[in-house]
Amino acid sequence: MREGLTGNKGWGPHWRNPEPKAEYDAIIIGGGGHGLSTAYYLAKNHGMTNIAVLEKGYLGGGNVGRNTTIVRANYGQQGNSEFYSHSLKLWEGLEEDLNYNAMHSARGLINLFHSDGQRDAFARRGNMMINQGDDAELLDREGVRHLLPYLDFDNIRFPVYGGLLHRRGGTARHDAVAWGYARGADQRGVDLIQQCEVTGIDIENGQVRGVQTTRGAIRAKKVGIVVAGRSGQVAAMAGMRLPIESHVLQAFVTEGLKPVIDHVVSFGMGHFYISQSDKGGLVFGGDLDFYASYASRGNMPMMEHVMEAGMTLMPMIGKAKVLRSWGGIMDMTPDGSPIIDKTDTQGLFIDCGWCYGGFKAVPGSGFSFAHLMATGEHHAPAARYRLDRFRTGRGLMDEEATGSQHNLH
Amino acid sequence: MRIECPMCGSRDRREFYYQGAAVMLARPDPQAHEADWEAYLHLRENPAGPTRELWQHDGGCGAWLVVTRDTVSHQISDTQLAADVKRAMGKAS
Repeated sequence: MREGLTGNKGWGPHWRNPEPKAEYDAIIIGGGGHGLSTAYYLAKNHGMTNIAVLEKGYLGGGNVGRNTTIVRANYGQQGNSEFYSHSLKLWEGLEEDLNYNAMHSARGLINLFHSDGQRDAFARRGNMMINQGDDAELLDREGVRHLLPYLDFDNIRFPVYGGLLHRRGGTARHDAVAWGYARGADQRGVDLIQQCEVTGIDIENGQVRGVQTTRGAIRAKKVGIVVAGRSGQVAAMAGMRLPIESHVLQAFVTEGLKPVIDHVVSFGMGHFYISQSDKGGLVFGGDLDFYASYASRGNMPMMEHVMEAGMTLMPMIGKAKVLRSWGGIMDMTPDGSPIIDKTDTQGLFIDCGWCYGGFKAVPGSGFSFAHLMATGEHHAPAARYRLDRFRTGRGLMDEEATGSQHNLH
Repeated sequence: MRIECPMCGSRDRREFYYQGAAVMLARPDPQAHEADWEAYLHLRENPAGPTRELWQHDGGCGAWLVVTRDTVSHQISDTQLAADVKRAMGKAS
């Protein structure tokens, strides 16, 4: 308030820029959303303040800085259901907890359906969400028309039959979430070390001893790997191969427009979803390009497909000009669900496999991963996110029921 | 992205189906250890750089291909018929 009335001249940096110490109780590799929230909850919930986050670039410079910002808890399978429910509850108290404006906006999310069979599937999904304690309402065609009058309801291939409304779903300001967690962790004494790339993980007799970095060796009793699309490379430093393939997912933003889309609208049959940012840009995306990639950019065919799907659903956006597009590196698991687990190396933990849905998981992932790193026990909402489920086949969480195979999610 | 099919020549990426890492060519024995099956089905090198992958020209001749592609630049350096690669693997063993 004071800054607002005095010309915003008194702002200082929100976190320190410390030199790495020789040793910490725990190190988090990766200063993205999940890494920063892990550090925050380690400090806040478990009193571990002699810890560091090591980031090779700048804080929040990866997928948390480039995503479509959707927050929701509309999963159907045990394992995911309780996890995202917990995460959404954390979102709802986040700004108060961090004392930081994350612009969390529960504007409602609507998943459209286009056939009787799909209606049944969504009715079932809604019941599962309600059973989990979250909210869901099945809307008929007129119910959707009341909220989204601008859709093409009579499209020949995909006429709108109705939608599943998740009122507590919405969006948040992606960067602010990372910054809020960073500031909260820093205030509790966590060292956030940027421009510090981990180049090796030191292991002796099956016990992690620390890491090698571009700014020297750092010892630590516990190390957590939270590096999303780069999980394969960092895990290889510990001699591990992961059930992960990194794919590219594209997203797009238009020029700023007057308010026109009030909700998050998801058109599953066209692989298209859209919302409008508070700045006015239409933020939308589609499916993966469906090939392994670290290029941080996609190809034209998927762009064309996404634009076609958008025009099919809501022809009114046809004149909007796309300002920019980008491709994020997604750590895809075979069943499309994440991993929060210990590894075979004592003291080495991993949090990865968030596929294309990591943003909404930022609070829950950090909370549960911090619990695991601090206590050695799995946190109940994330207890099913085991690394060994692919080997044993037990506890796979395949939301799309396409099979647990790398190229299908 | 365009892929050079040995049968059909240079074709648009949209004509091809992506299967994944070419590790799928070396199917373990049915009696093999669980760990071998996990390595085959799930565990991946996932390299940032050159990698060998299986693609199928399903919008064209239908052939399965082993494509050597850089995952950072998307540049394709080599394309072979999977049948030829598999035959060569058989000879080697």
